[in-house]
Amino acid sequence: MKTTELPRWASGFVLPILNLLSALLVAALVIHLLGESPVESLQILVNSAVINPEGLSYTLFYASTFVFTGLAVSVAMKAGLFNIGAEGQMYLGGLGLTLAMLAFDASLSPWLLIPLAMVASAVFGAGWAFLPGYLQAKRGSHVVVTTIMFNFIAASLMNYLILKLIPEGDQNPASRVFSEAAWMPRLGEWFPVLGDTPLNIGFFLAIAALVIYGVMVSRSPWGYKLQATGLNQHAAHYAGVRISRMIIVAMLISGALAGLAAVNSILGSTHYLSLNFPAGAGFIGIAIALMGRQHPVGIFLSSVLFGALIQGGFDLSLEKPNIPQETFIFIQGLIILFCGAMENLYAPAVLKLINATRTKG
Amino acid sequence: MEDFQLASIVVSTIRNAPVLIFAAMAGLFAERSGVIDLGLEGKILASAFVSAGVAYSYQDPWLGIAAGMLASMALALVQAFVSITQKGNQLVAGMAINIAMSGLTFVVAQYFFQQGGRTPDLGEARLGEVILPGTAALADIPFIGWLYGSVIGGHSVLVYAAFLLLPLVHWLLYHSRFGLRLRACGENPHAADAAGVPVQRTRYTAMIIAGVLCSFSGAYLSIVQSGFFLRDMSAGAGYLALTAMVFGNWRPLHTVLGCLMFGFFGALQIQIEGVDLPVVGRIPGSLIQMIPYVLTVIVLAGLMAKSVAPKALGKPFVKSR
Repeated sequence: MKTTELPRWASGFVLPILNLLSALLVAALVIHLLGESPVESLQILVNSAVINPEGLSYTLFYASTFVFTGLAVSVAMKAGLFNIGAEGQMYLGGLGLTLAMLAFDASLSPWLLIPLAMVASAVFGAGWAFLPGYLQAKRGSHVVVTTIMFNFIAASLMNYLILKLIPEGDQNPASRVFSEAAWMPRLGEWFPVLGDTPLNIGFFLAIAALVIYGVMVSRSPWGYKLQATGLNQHAAHYAGVRISRMIIVAMLISGALAGLAAVNSILGSTHYLSLNFPAGAGFIGIAIALMGRQHPVGIFLSSVLFGALIQGGFDLSLEKPNIPQETFIFIQGLIILFCGAMENLYAPAVLKLINATRTKG
Repeated sequence: MEDFQLASIVVSTIRNAPVLIFAAMAGLFAERSGVIDLGLEGKILASAFVSAGVAYSYQDPWLGIAAGMLASMALALVQAFVSITQKGNQLVAGMAINIAMSGLTFVVAQYFFQQGGRTPDLGEARLGEVILPGTAALADIPFIGWLYGSVIGGHSVLVYAAFLLLPLVHWLLYHSRFGLRLRACGENPHAADAAGVPVQRTRYTAMIIAGVLCSFSGAYLSIVQSGFFLRDMSAGAGYLALTAMVFGNWRPLHTVLGCLMFGFFGALQIQIEGVDLPVVGRIPGSLIQMIPYVLTVIVLAGLMAKSVAPKALGKPFVKSR
């Protein structure tokens, strides 16, 4: 029997893989043009990011941050909103966390400090997403442009605010280091094989966030309304969903998740606020949400892939000066292009193939 | 002193605006045909790099501009293929191009010049300024000399091209057959199709025009304004241009006025940096950097409700049977 629609395994698994491979193929071509061997580069990358346990541990550390930014972009995308502002929201989340830690890290126990840090980063992240959400819902200002602007505003604002947080006598544009009570416990302390890396309990927080996201979006009445808003606003409105409220709430949750990404990268690794600490994690969140098709498992796998690209890319740039880390910003753009904008590039071919095998059988 | 400051704000407004005008006009063509162009930023960056790189290597600014044009057109074609033929998400496509170019320009600049993602100073390969005849004779007359020598004259050819673009685009859009078809594709592609207008081909043409116009924006940035390429030097100009276009209600004249407004605030920003102002005192530079972005949000918040976008904007055309 002929089908006109792809089965779920094909649209959810085969197409994303084909798209990803296409993006990596273009990347391999560029690496070849830069005079380096793509195969050798891939070997270095896999060795340093996956096979070496310490490298794997770094990969998972980066992935923990990316899960949060990926979820942030995904939840907005489910409501039909393209939140490009995760970068700025994470930046502000880091500010909220830092202000809370600077005030309380001497007086509270770790059991209170880490939850406090999470609340503070989520609140600041959500706060930074509120205005774009509100303006989209009430004024129709396109959330894409406003969130881009809020990224720029966040960068300038932090350039200014960080000067106020530099401890006296220091030159570095960074806050003071928090007391050890506010450091996230590292997994290397329990599993020495992982080495002395920043992989910390933030990894489990990321897994928990993925589970909560999966349940809330796919298994709850609220998630149904959220998805209805994204798929067809008019129908959702007709069914009784308050659209503008839904848009604002989706943006608040999105911003809160992006803010939470700061917990892993600050409390898990540096223990102080530094200039431009998100380092593009918010934009990587866009690629992850598109590649993972906003599904918790997809988001997890994509986050690990990007964690590996960042970790392996760092070692690769040391060995091959022609492949600087910025190459991975380019690859990120390619992945967004192939997995996001051209997601159906191979759909006709795959459909043809399926139909051909079915008629034979 | 007061006068001198105002004078330099006027002159730098004129010099800031072309980056935005070229890009905003590019966006205008794309969007009036029904394709959202979020990829202006990436096209500006790519053409800025290619223009500067080629202009330096061959010591010829015009060759640089031509090469930048090819780069920007190639990206516009990718965007057109994704948005028109593949019927993909146009916002995502634009964003992908912006992110990819932010990385690729650095990588290639590093590969060729090894200066931390910068090109060498262009020196002689920079595009010079046009000195109008008689400038020297009028220079001593107080106001006229300044007006003739620095406001009307004394700019690069690209500045004049940017402002001449306004009547040209206006005529093309509202008084030519092509413009009518273009607008029809953006407003009601099914009606246009029924009238025999090839919707997809018109949109492709619009995207190629957008690519060409956008390349001047990048070339202006690197080989006129700064004299070198610097990593991420577009710094949001593509998005500001897009906002100027929304502010201008997708109409050429109002769009140029929007660009001049952003150019003015850019000039003001440089002037008030480090100056003691009454009441507020000295404003730190990092806060002044914010002005155009905050302004954009205010403009969008205040105007979006009233603005009228092309009706079929962002919707891929599927021929009805």
